[in-house]
Amino acid sequence: MKREIPLLIVGISGFAMLIQYFIPTDWSEFIFTYAQDWVIVIGILALPLGIWSLVKANVEKLKVPGERFYSAVLLIGFLVMVLTGLKRESLEYGTTFMTIFTNVLIPIQATIFSLLAFFIASAAYRAFRARSVLATILLLTAFIIMFRFIPLGPISTVNLSAVAWTLSVPNMAAKRAIMMGIGLGATATAIKIILGIERTYMGHD
Amino acid sequence: MNHIDWFPRKLGIISLVLLVITWGGVLAQAPKDVLSADSLGAPAPAPPTNVRVIDKPNDAGHGLIIRWDLSADDTSGLKNVDRYEVLRSDAPDGEFISRGIVFRGVNEYEDVDDMKPTASSPNPNYMAEGSTWFYKVVALSNQQVYSEPSEIVVGTTRENLFHWGKLPILIAVIIFTAYLLNFIISAKKGKKLYIRPLAGIDAVDDAIGRATEMGKPILFILGLGTAADIATIAGFTILSRVAKKTAEYQTRVLVPVQDPVVLAVAQETVRTAYLEAGRPDQYNSDNIFYVTAMQFPYVAAVNSIMLREKPATNFYMGLFYAESLLLAETGNIAGSIQISGTDQIAQLPFFVAATDFTLIGEELYAASAYLSQEPVQLGTLKAQDYTKAIIMIIIILGAIAITGKWTFIRDIITIHL
Repeated sequence: MKREIPLLIVGISGFAMLIQYFIPTDWSEFIFTYAQDWVIVIGILALPLGIWSLVKANVEKLKVPGERFYSAVLLIGFLVMVLTGLKRESLEYGTTFMTIFTNVLIPIQATIFSLLAFFIASAAYRAFRARSVLATILLLTAFIIMFRFIPLGPISTVNLSAVAWTLSVPNMAAKRAIMMGIGLGATATAIKIILGIERTYMGHD
Repeated sequence: MNHIDWFPRKLGIISLVLLVITWGGVLAQAPKDVLSADSLGAPAPAPPTNVRVIDKPNDAGHGLIIRWDLSADDTSGLKNVDRYEVLRSDAPDGEFISRGIVFRGVNEYEDVDDMKPTASSPNPNYMAEGSTWFYKVVALSNQQVYSEPSEIVVGTTRENLFHWGKLPILIAVIIFTAYLLNFIISAKKGKKLYIRPLAGIDAVDDAIGRATEMGKPILFILGLGTAADIATIAGFTILSRVAKKTAEYQTRVLVPVQDPVVLAVAQETVRTAYLEAGRPDQYNSDNIFYVTAMQFPYVAAVNSIMLREKPATNFYMGLFYAESLLLAETGNIAGSIQISGTDQIAQLPFFVAATDFTLIGEELYAASAYLSQEPVQLGTLKAQDYTKAIIMIIIILGAIAITGKWTFIRDIITIHL
């Protein structure tokens, strides 16, 4: 029963949501919105689990000499943000919480995001090495696409046409093929879950 | 006569005349932007005729469609129609208010208002299910002259119990499910099913073996999706297979997650995998841990794990956004073998460029079946292949129908959401 009851709940809920998709009435829309609200509620209720996991893992690491420093920084940061963010007005401009958030967290996030530019360059270098016929085609196509941002005089018009064709014909065809595959794959997975064929997600093979 | 005495008097007369002209203009414009035919002399267009109201199909009963025959002065006659205005009232003799304007040549307007009124935000225009509304349509000339209004027509909103525009989707789902069940039954009877090999899947065993030989952990990243995302669910099924193998080989698997619900599901998935492998004592819940819910702090945490732990193999299975390349390039720098899979088309080029093997789109969903090699699971892949063949036939049929202008075929296969 420990296995059958969750599977039954999944099957009935999944089938109900499948039917709901084809019914455009108000109560059908209400059921959909209600189910989505449940996902949010469950997410909020599970948040203490995440906090417990984070604190527990880093308290354990305090015992390991090599990893002690970073875990201590994390735990101190966690405590400071919790204590300064307890008050309702802590989200207002100029409070300690917002000052730390704006002047520490946001610049750090921006720094990590900006690394993407360098990583794109290094990944592109590896991807565009002309080691095979396919890699050479990729390289040439990449050059055509990149050159659209450079003024090339009379060649620009020809290049722009080549770019438009590349993006709207072979590129679009490949994207649509992948999208159709994704649609079918997602549908197959959903049907497998509803029918109880796929159940590894609930810890049972 | 002194010129100095004469000048102010003349200036006063000119000012008075200008004032009269200006006020005259203002008064002429003041009543409305739109003038009657009589006041300007410009001819009024003929009114639209044969106005009818029908219920908006495939909705919850909050809309009506108003159609009419174009004014005689729209495309022929005086050709002075600029637009049509649709007016509505809740009673035939009540006040008609403007509901919308459409340009000349257009003979349809969709009147929808599904914003249910509340105590804090009243909405007198709300179209409740089963409510009756009266309409008339007027034409407006390019000289801003109204035509006579059309006859008043009435319509009642109706709730629809089935969205007929989604019928092709329902048929496709039924066909697909029928294929699915057929192949599952065939597989259960012992029929051999051939499925083409996937390099990314074949590399999983080698990657786990490599980690075992090197004595280093495996890093499994489920991406930024929630437990409700189908890509994350596919990631769980792959995690289960990988964890089972790592339990057999006694290799550590690290799973940093960014969502508390994903954490709970991932812990349960790995725990059960270890149990099934007969190694429950090897399971350590601290290896599946929560990091943060924010995107780039998550990247910072996972990248630091990569550089500190130097995992032998990195799996990226799930929903990824801008962090895909940041993670994959760091993994590459750390010297790990990397296998990725996502259904995010925009991230696929990054994974293809930066990882050793990539499961593209549907291959992510198929990976679980490939790894298990169970006949029932493989049957679903066959069903997908057959449905793809049907889609290809429909695409070719659609292309021929559009080329040959056989609109009825196009209408049959078009989905109206």
